[in-house]
Amino acid sequence: MKRIISVLMENAPGALSRIIGVFSQRGYNVDSLCVAPTNDPSLSRLTIITHGDSKIIEQITKQVNKLIDVLKVADLTEGAHIERELMLIKVATRTEAIRAEVKRNTDIFRARIVDVNAHNYTIEITGTTDKLDAFALTMSQASEIIESSRTGVCGLGRGERALRP
Amino acid sequence: MMSGAAMVVEALKDAGVSHVFGYPGGAVLDIYDALFAQDSVKHILVRHEQAAAHMADGYARSTGKTGTVLVTSGPGATNTITGIATAYMDSIPMVVLSGQVPSMHIGEDAFQETDMVGCSRPIVKHSFLVKRTVDIPDAIAKAYYIASTGRPGPVVVDLPKDLVNIQEKHLYSYPQSIYMRSYNPTLSGHKKQIKKALEALKNAQRPVLYVGGGAVAANASAKVIALAESLQAPVTCTLMGLGAFPGQHNQSLGMLGMHGTLEANKAMHNADCILALGARFDDRVTNNVAKFCPHATIIHVDIDPASISKTVNAHIPVVGSVEKVLEQLLESLALEGSQADKLADWWQQIEQWRQRNCLRYQQADDKIKPQQVVESVYRHTQGQAFVSSDVGQHQMFAALYYKFARPRQWINSGGLGTMGFGLPAAMGVQVAHPEATSVVITGDGSIQMNIQELSTCLQYNLPIKIISLNNQALGMVRQWQDMIYKGRHSHSYMESMPDFVKLAEAYGHVGIRVDHPDELEAAMEQCFSLKERLVFVDVRVDQNEHVYPMQIKSGAMDDMRLSKMERT
Repeated sequence: MKRIISVLMENAPGALSRIIGVFSQRGYNVDSLCVAPTNDPSLSRLTIITHGDSKIIEQITKQVNKLIDVLKVADLTEGAHIERELMLIKVATRTEAIRAEVKRNTDIFRARIVDVNAHNYTIEITGTTDKLDAFALTMSQASEIIESSRTGVCGLGRGERALRP
Repeated sequence: MMSGAAMVVEALKDAGVSHVFGYPGGAVLDIYDALFAQDSVKHILVRHEQAAAHMADGYARSTGKTGTVLVTSGPGATNTITGIATAYMDSIPMVVLSGQVPSMHIGEDAFQETDMVGCSRPIVKHSFLVKRTVDIPDAIAKAYYIASTGRPGPVVVDLPKDLVNIQEKHLYSYPQSIYMRSYNPTLSGHKKQIKKALEALKNAQRPVLYVGGGAVAANASAKVIALAESLQAPVTCTLMGLGAFPGQHNQSLGMLGMHGTLEANKAMHNADCILALGARFDDRVTNNVAKFCPHATIIHVDIDPASISKTVNAHIPVVGSVEKVLEQLLESLALEGSQADKLADWWQQIEQWRQRNCLRYQQADDKIKPQQVVESVYRHTQGQAFVSSDVGQHQMFAALYYKFARPRQWINSGGLGTMGFGLPAAMGVQVAHPEATSVVITGDGSIQMNIQELSTCLQYNLPIKIISLNNQALGMVRQWQDMIYKGRHSHSYMESMPDFVKLAEAYGHVGIRVDHPDELEAAMEQCFSLKERLVFVDVRVDQNEHVYPMQIKSGAMDDMRLSKMERT
């Protein structure tokens, strides 16, 4: 089962490698990973998408929490939450018809064209992983995907739930 | 104002360090120069850095204090890796100060450069790569704090050479107290969980206390005894927990697990309530987890939440220090009054298992049995010596036949199973306890993995007593080959054994060889009467002896072989 593990940690050198280390040395899966400093620059927030049974997920949260640099760990999938991922996708637009089809689908998905070239468009889209997958599939049917880059999921709990130091 | 090198030494003093085990080299010469100018931190020069880590480890295990290692960059640092992993697996407090190439050369594959923080990452509790000279005191203070609190473990402090330059002076400031927002171990158990645990223990008809290394680390031995006596419950110790409950106590069932006693494993399997105190349900204890203790309510007390329900699901988890939680349990129990009589049936059953006398063995007129050697060591040391061991058959014989009276008396590599640990560990013990008897029970395979330290022993007058159970084979490997591989002894036999007596003498020590059972007592007498000398006793033991009892693979706790012929 897919899980979203959210981690609040010291924005310190080596902190990220320790977390990645826990996953590799204990054989846990990382499907995606998204990390950046928070509004407090001494802290980083990291979101890991992983999967496993509840026993494994419990061990993941405990083992990550045990790291000295880690302040808080939460499994966002345990409650209501918001998750978003960003994708930049470059698609070929060689004919007028393809350009129109790409533009039309971009509007339908509420994505945005952020760069235009003679032979391609670069489109920005945010949403859940499913939505991004669906958009990529649509684009591959409408035209040819030249390249794409995704950030991995980041997320927050809904309402009062928060990870704070 | 002082140099970074002087800061390292000053910070060690401020951290209360009395001994450093190490080996100099290019990246730490400035620190060694600072060590030279003082005598409050004593340095023990080893012959190989791995041994420095094991010595610091033995020092830590026998005292409860944090052991300290100082090595240079590159090979000096990587040589400590096995020692760090050993300490990590057994939760031993240790600080390893490693030199590093100058900051500006990090990443250039400079001479003797290794990413020590990276190499050691999976086997440390935490590590620091110090970036500024003024940060040295803080990093060292935090290293000792982290190593010794919560679930203890090794911490690496990597010190680039330019930061410890003796020419550059900075302001020194050692932190008065340590606060880390991201690190704050839970010590007391949750009240609700304590109440549940107490309820389960009170209702138990067949309780067992299962005591691990966490009870030793938390200095909880007196409280383990108090609780056991108050409940009148039987107690079994893990390999790491031996001594936390006295081996001679009438409620002691001895060690449990793969080579545990019949009564310990039977009691566990049939228990209706197991109180695990700082033990981690290791695979060398549980055997097949699917068949593990089917009737028991499991109460698991551990300071590390990640140890709870990792392999075996705990019905009543209690996160906290074993010492604190026992205090809480004892307080509540005192209000309840005694209820010991109801365990009469349980004890009657246990007595029946005890009567199988699972540790009996056949003595022979012409061959020395390894078990009788350990029993002889026990007698000649009045059961009071510090006993270190290496890894293999001799380790199990020592664990089973030496009844440890107190915690920190038994020093062995339980989790990692490091051959070559015994001699340096016994040296660390001797450094910490100069007046005590420090014995190492070892084998002909293990002792050769750090034999070079005999030289260090001479330099620092460490009168270790080395009892080598020499069966001229890698005994435990051979035992498994006998049992599982139809006696095909693939590379478990040593065809070119050195003359250990001459070897000991070459290093300036006393060597004694024992070939016949009749000579054993006199040899032991001589060994332990030479108080000021290191004595190496090369005891030629029966090569065909196996360690029993032994759990049968994939079985329940109590599916065991009691001898070559006999099963449970």
